Order: sequence, then structure tokens, then C-alpha cells
Amino acid sequence: MSTPYAKLPAWADYGLIPLINLSVAFIVAGFVVMLVGENPFRAAVILVEGAFGRGTGIAFTLFYATTFIFTGLSVAVAAHCSLFNIGTEGQAYIGGLGIALVCLSLDSVMPWWVIFPIAIVAAAAFGALWGLIPAYLQAKRGSHIVITTIMFNFIAASVMVYLLVGALKPAGSQAPQTRNFLAGAELPKLNWVIELFGAKIRSAPLNICFLLALVMAFLVWLLIWRTRLGYEMRTYGHSPKAARYAGISETRIIITAMMISGALAGMMALNPVMGDQHNVAIDFVSGAGYVGIAVALMGRLHPVGIVLAAILFGMLYQGGAELAFEMPAISRDMIVIIQGLVILFAGALEHMFRPYIQALFASVSPKSVGMQAVKGTGA
Amino acid sequence: MAQAAIELIGINKSFGAVRANRDINLEVARGTIHGIVGENGAGKSTLMSILYGFYQADSGEIRVGGKPVSIHTSNDAIALGIGMVHQHFMLVDNFTVLENVILGAESDALLKSSITKARSELDRLEREYGLEVDPDAVIEELPVGLQQRVEILKALYRGAEILILDEPTGVLTPAEADHLFRILKQLKDQGKTIVLITHKLREIMAITDTVSVMRQGTMVATRTTKETTVGELAELMVGRRVLLRVEKGQSEAGAVKLSVKNLTVKDQRGVTMVDNVSFDVRGGEIVGIAGVAGNGQSELLEAISGIRHAVSGEVMLDGKPIDLTGKADPGELRDRGLAHVPEDRHHVGLVLAFEENENSILGYHDDERYLKGPFLDVDAIMADAKDKIEKYDIRPANPRLKTANFSGGNQQKIVLAREMEQDPGVLIVGQPTRGVDVGAIEFIHKRLIAMRDQGKAVLVVSVELDEIRSLSDRILVMFAGRVVGERGPEATEGELGLLMAGVEHQEAAE
Repeated sequence: MSTPYAKLPAWADYGLIPLINLSVAFIVAGFVVMLVGENPFRAAVILVEGAFGRGTGIAFTLFYATTFIFTGLSVAVAAHCSLFNIGTEGQAYIGGLGIALVCLSLDSVMPWWVIFPIAIVAAAAFGALWGLIPAYLQAKRGSHIVITTIMFNFIAASVMVYLLVGALKPAGSQAPQTRNFLAGAELPKLNWVIELFGAKIRSAPLNICFLLALVMAFLVWLLIWRTRLGYEMRTYGHSPKAARYAGISETRIIITAMMISGALAGMMALNPVMGDQHNVAIDFVSGAGYVGIAVALMGRLHPVGIVLAAILFGMLYQGGAELAFEMPAISRDMIVIIQGLVILFAGALEHMFRPYIQALFASVSPKSVGMQAVKGTGA
Repeated sequence: MAQAAIELIGINKSFGAVRANRDINLEVARGTIHGIVGENGAGKSTLMSILYGFYQADSGEIRVGGKPVSIHTSNDAIALGIGMVHQHFMLVDNFTVLENVILGAESDALLKSSITKARSELDRLEREYGLEVDPDAVIEELPVGLQQRVEILKALYRGAEILILDEPTGVLTPAEADHLFRILKQLKDQGKTIVLITHKLREIMAITDTVSVMRQGTMVATRTTKETTVGELAELMVGRRVLLRVEKGQSEAGAVKLSVKNLTVKDQRGVTMVDNVSFDVRGGEIVGIAGVAGNGQSELLEAISGIRHAVSGEVMLDGKPIDLTGKADPGELRDRGLAHVPEDRHHVGLVLAFEENENSILGYHDDERYLKGPFLDVDAIMADAKDKIEKYDIRPANPRLKTANFSGGNQQKIVLAREMEQDPGVLIVGQPTRGVDVGAIEFIHKRLIAMRDQGKAVLVVSVELDEIRSLSDRILVMFAGRVVGERGPEATEGELGLLMAGVEHQEAAE
């Protein structure tokens, strides 16, 4: 009787329920669109077509998705260790600083394929260090990681403003950003892959960071479910007491998890900085860290789910931009409302429909929910 | 024939595909004490929750005093004169007795009139039923026995004629339990009806008039208590014959394996929980520590296993000291042959969200048998888990199943299998059979005795006196953090009960 509701087959758990949640989110969003006097069906068509209709749209969608995969993985790794890392935003920002230092000093002397690995290491290291301080304070002082990471987002923002209007700004420039990188620090685009399928692309920022993101998703899966470190993180995440009992050091596991989380956050900066803008500008992260929280939750902390959720949010970003352009009554804020609804139904209200679906499954086919007919085996 | 206070007719209740109650019929006669026994998960609590309005039955009828009723909330139940004393008390710890009693039954926006009314009413109830409690005492300062009395008062204050008690003696000393039974008998004499849910068969025999047995969601039998035996009830509960007391031979105690000297442990608040405790455990013997929960046994186990910081003292494992600063790595102690089955398997001994095979390596996950470099050797872990499942008859035999979906007994077997199969020199076990069903208790006891017979040193802490007496070669009794006595296995329950209540200890101190 420890499980009042029987479990569902995997396809329903990971496919059907998210689909229902998502549909409800879009239906409610449709009402919001109706409320401002637009046709929700036309809006939906514009949104989806804007994101996937043309090659350029797809490339933009995947470009945004790349960013969200990194931040989503970052949040998920910490969450598996029951640490709510809200500092992904700041860690990504500081990661950008690491990339800036590498690119600005090396871009005149080296090709991209030498600079890229160095920049990956620098981005990861800077992000990890920005995660280390809150982790240390949590492990040694008990300062709550949610509070400290939020504060570190503000510190990161201030530090970056200070540097971008000072030391990192080229003399005489009015813009708070670094000089543009030379060709040596520009990452190759992946647009040709989409063009292979016959689509036309004008100019889109999709670059090889997308592949790096997919590799990292695989490595995170490997880390969490196949390594001793991941096992220890999950043990601590589910039950600190069990971790203590199993001889897992609380300090070590908190610091390690947060540094990995920070490293993934830092690597997010590679995508916009080296793949798109070719400079580090003020506020280039622009909320992607917070979106990462939603992506991680919606992806149920699993890398496959995170990749899919990141693509969904990429779609909302890209399609939403098109929608705001095509329908003047729908402002960018409306897009945020729609994103909020997705987060609400897919994240916070995730379990709203679950009991009904479980009851349905149980009544239609008890076997499918893994129950043998009740003749259990006492002991 | 006495009129029925409660009749349940054809009650069905399913949770998803799990049928917790199947066609249950139950009739409780007015003015009697009716026991309901069954293993964990037999559906007792579900049935009572339906009666108390926590759950709705899928089908079936409830009659109270002969009239069909529908009970949707606990307020409905209270209005019908049904009161419930929960296993885990529903009291506000920093409120007084009086405030707790009126909680939810305040008659006015201002408390004054309710308090005045409650005070005189409590006074009457106390006199009538011998339920003495100081109405102005704060709950957290009362011993559990009195807290439970407050729960009973709460129910009576709300006009309960039918009282349901869910595992009421789990937290009580034998003396407190006796007192509770006297109160229940008095209530019965005044015409109240009492339903007692328990898994302790001796209590059923001692106090009930009739007893119903549940197994796997069905009501398998109802007996008049005088005409049945403990053996018959146990058999009905489990569905087969059960050995209530495990046979064991003479112990052959060898060298001292675990030695505790002058150990003192404080809790987070700085209260001394273990006070200057010394004892030895030899190879080939089981030492049992008896005591009412909360007298320092948990802290003692945690200090020995390196989880909790000790203030002073010395613990030797195979003649070599254990680091007691709380910085000791429990993993290192495992390497030195100290295995620990913790009291709280839900939060400490297991990670319930893990698959069974993942739990079967908890604490031994850094053992190279289970690793390939930094990676877990999934095949080896799986093979190892399957092996343990077979050896310990863990059911269902599925190493991929989530641990939370195993029954209490099988969860405990997962922990035991993990710790025993490492072939430790010393095994310390907290509450080996808490929340474990009768069939599994027998299995676990046999395993512990087998460990002893292999020459291992076994230290068992349990609040179940029967268990301590049936397993131990020597019995230590803890009270208020001290070891207040040592007895042989032939010690009577009364003798141990007095020690557990600190009687002898207090006399000695005077």
C-alpha cells in the first residue's frame, strides 16, 4: 500500500502525460490569444511555421535549443544531488568571461579548432569556480544554495558590467562589450546540414556547439547513471542520511556536483559568444539560465527529456519572435505568458492529470501497469 | 445478542490496480473491544480510514447503530460518534493539553468560553475514566504514554462512542501499555465500543472480546477471543504455520570483537543521549539491547557505526580503536568488517527511489567488485543483486523494481542481504523487524542466529521485548542513556519491563 497509484508503462509516463500537459498549456494559451482579439489557430500556425517551417527557422530554433540544453543539463546535474542551482545564469555569464580571455588573447594566432577546446576548458572552469563558492558555503557553513546562487547572479552581473565598461572594452568604443573576435575564434556553422535536406537558409547562428551540447547530454547521462560519482550524487540527492550511512562525504559531493553544474552552465556561453555574436556583450545570457530550470524540470532531469524540452523552448523562442512580428496585438510579453503556461502545466502541475490516466490504465488493463492480479506474496 | 455499533457490508476499495479491501464484512458489537489483526499491507489501515472518512469506499455500505450512513470527511465520522487515535499522534507539540483538546472544536471566535467549557469537561472525563492528565501541561514535555491519553481525551471530548486505536502500543513501555489497557477496559464498561488495530497478537489475546483477521485485503476470519489461540491467529494472518519463537542452540562465545568503554554521546541540542555506556560483544553471541524507544539506543548505534560524533569514550573493533569524532568514514569501518543494519531503513538503510540492485550496493559502491574504473559495473551489480534475491528469497524477484514498491519485510531483507553477504566480523542491527510481517520475522531471526553460529558478533537493538528475549544470549537494558541492567535470556518480561521503565535504576539512585 506504499504506492497508492500503480505505475504507468514507460511510453505513457514519458510520452502521453507530457503530451497531454503540453496540449492543455496550448489550449489555455489559445484562450489568452483569443482574449487579445486574435485567432488562436492562426497564431499556432504562425508559431509552428516560424519555428519549423523554413530552414532558417529550424536553424534558429536549434540555436536557442543549444543554449537551453546546456543550462538545462546544468540545473539537472545539481538537482540530482538535491541542490537547486538557480545560479546557472551567473555561472554562464562568468563562463563568457573565460571565453573572452581565451579568444581575445589567442584569436590572432590560432585557428578555431585549437581555440575551441581551450575555450571549452576555460568556460567550464570559470563556470565551475562560480559554482564552487556557493557550494563551499552550503557544505561548510550551511548557507542555503538557493539564496547564495541568486546573490551570485547579481555579483556576476556586476563584475561583468565593471569589466565590459572597463578593462575588456576597446579604447574609444561606446558599446559595453569586447572587441569582435577575429576569424580564429569563430565557430563553424551547421547550416549546411539543414541545407542537405533541401531547405534554404539565409543567415542563422546554428553552429557546432549544438553537437557539443548533444555530446554533453550523453556524458551527463553516463555520469548520473553509470558512474560511481553519479551514484553518490543520486544517493545524497534522495537521502542525505543514507549518504552519510554509506560513507559519502557531504562536503565533497556538494562541491563536486555544483562544480560540474557550473561547468555545464559556463559552456552555454560558447554558443552565443563564439558561435553567433563573436564578442562578449552585456547581458548576453539574457535569462537562459532561468529557462534552464524549466527545461530541466520539464525534461524530468533526464538528458533525453532535457534535449526535447530545450527544442520545445527553442521553438517557443523562435516561433514566438515570428508571432510577435506577424501579429501586432501579440507582444513579446504574450510570448512570455505562453512560455509561463507551458512551465505551469508541464512543470508545476505535472501530476494534475496523472491520477486519472493511471486509473484509466488500471481499469482498462491491470497488466499494463505492472500489477499481477492481487495474490501478492506476503513476506 | 448485543446490537452492532458498526457494520461494514461488502466494502471494496482499490488504489489503481491494487485492491486494498475486497468485499469486507465486519460487525462490531456495541460495548465490546474488537481487535483487527493482519500483516502490514493487509488492508487494516485502509479499512479504518474508510470508516473515519479519509477515503471513500468504491462500493459497500457502512451502518452505524443500525442506520446506513455516508462518511465523507472525518467531521462526518466525529458527528457519528467515531473517534480515532492515530499511530502517529496528531498533536501540536508546543500547545498545552487543553489547547490540543479544543483544537478544531472551538465554539467561538474567542477562546475563553471554549477553554472554560473544556476544562470542566476534561475534569469530568478524567474522573470518569481515570485519564489523569494535567490540562495545562505542554505536550512536548509529556511522556508518550500521556500524549496518547490526550489523543483519547480529544476523541472523547468530541463525543466519541466508538473509538478506533491504530497500533496504540508501539511506542509504550509494557507498564504504560498495561495502563492503556486498563483505561480501555474502563471505557468498555461505560458502554463505549473500541476497535483495536494491531499486529501484536498477545495484546489481542489480553484485551479483546472478538478478533477479526485480515489478509491481503480480505477478511479471512472472525473469532471470539476466548476460543482462539495465538497460533491460530498467526496462521490465519500469514496463511501458513509460523514459528513464533525461533529455535536456537547454545552460543559459543569467542573472543571480544566489539568493545565499548565509557561511551558518551550528545544529540544536536547538547542533551546527553548515551551516558557512560560500556559493554563487550564476543564472537558467536547475540547481545540484545532492550529499552523503550528514545532512551539512547539509536544514538549508541550511530556512534558505533561512525555516523554520529561521540563526546568521549572508546570503541574497539577487533582490538583496534574506532574514530569517534564523527569524521570517521563509515565506509572505512565497513572495510574493517563492521556491518550495520540501521533502524530507519526508509531514510538511512535504503534509498527508496532507487532500483533494488542500486540499493544492494549502497555503502559498498566503492568496492572494486562493482566498479570498472570510475564506472559502475552494471552487469556485476545485477548478477550480485540476483544472487542476493535468490539467497534471501526477496520478492518480487526483480532487481530492476523500485525499492519503494517492495513490502517492509522485503525491504528489510534487501538491507540484511547487503550487510550479511559482505561477511562482516561484527553485525549491528537496529530494530531488525520493525514494520515487518510475521513470515519475514521468522526468516530474519533465523538469519541472525545463523550469523551468530558462524562466530560473528551480533548486536541487536529492539523495542520489541519478545524479539530481544527470543534472539539474545545476553540482554542489556537501556534507560535514559544508561545501561541499567544485564540479564540472561531467561529473564521474565516483567523483570525487563521494570528495568526499561527505570524503576530499579531510580531506586538504586535513591
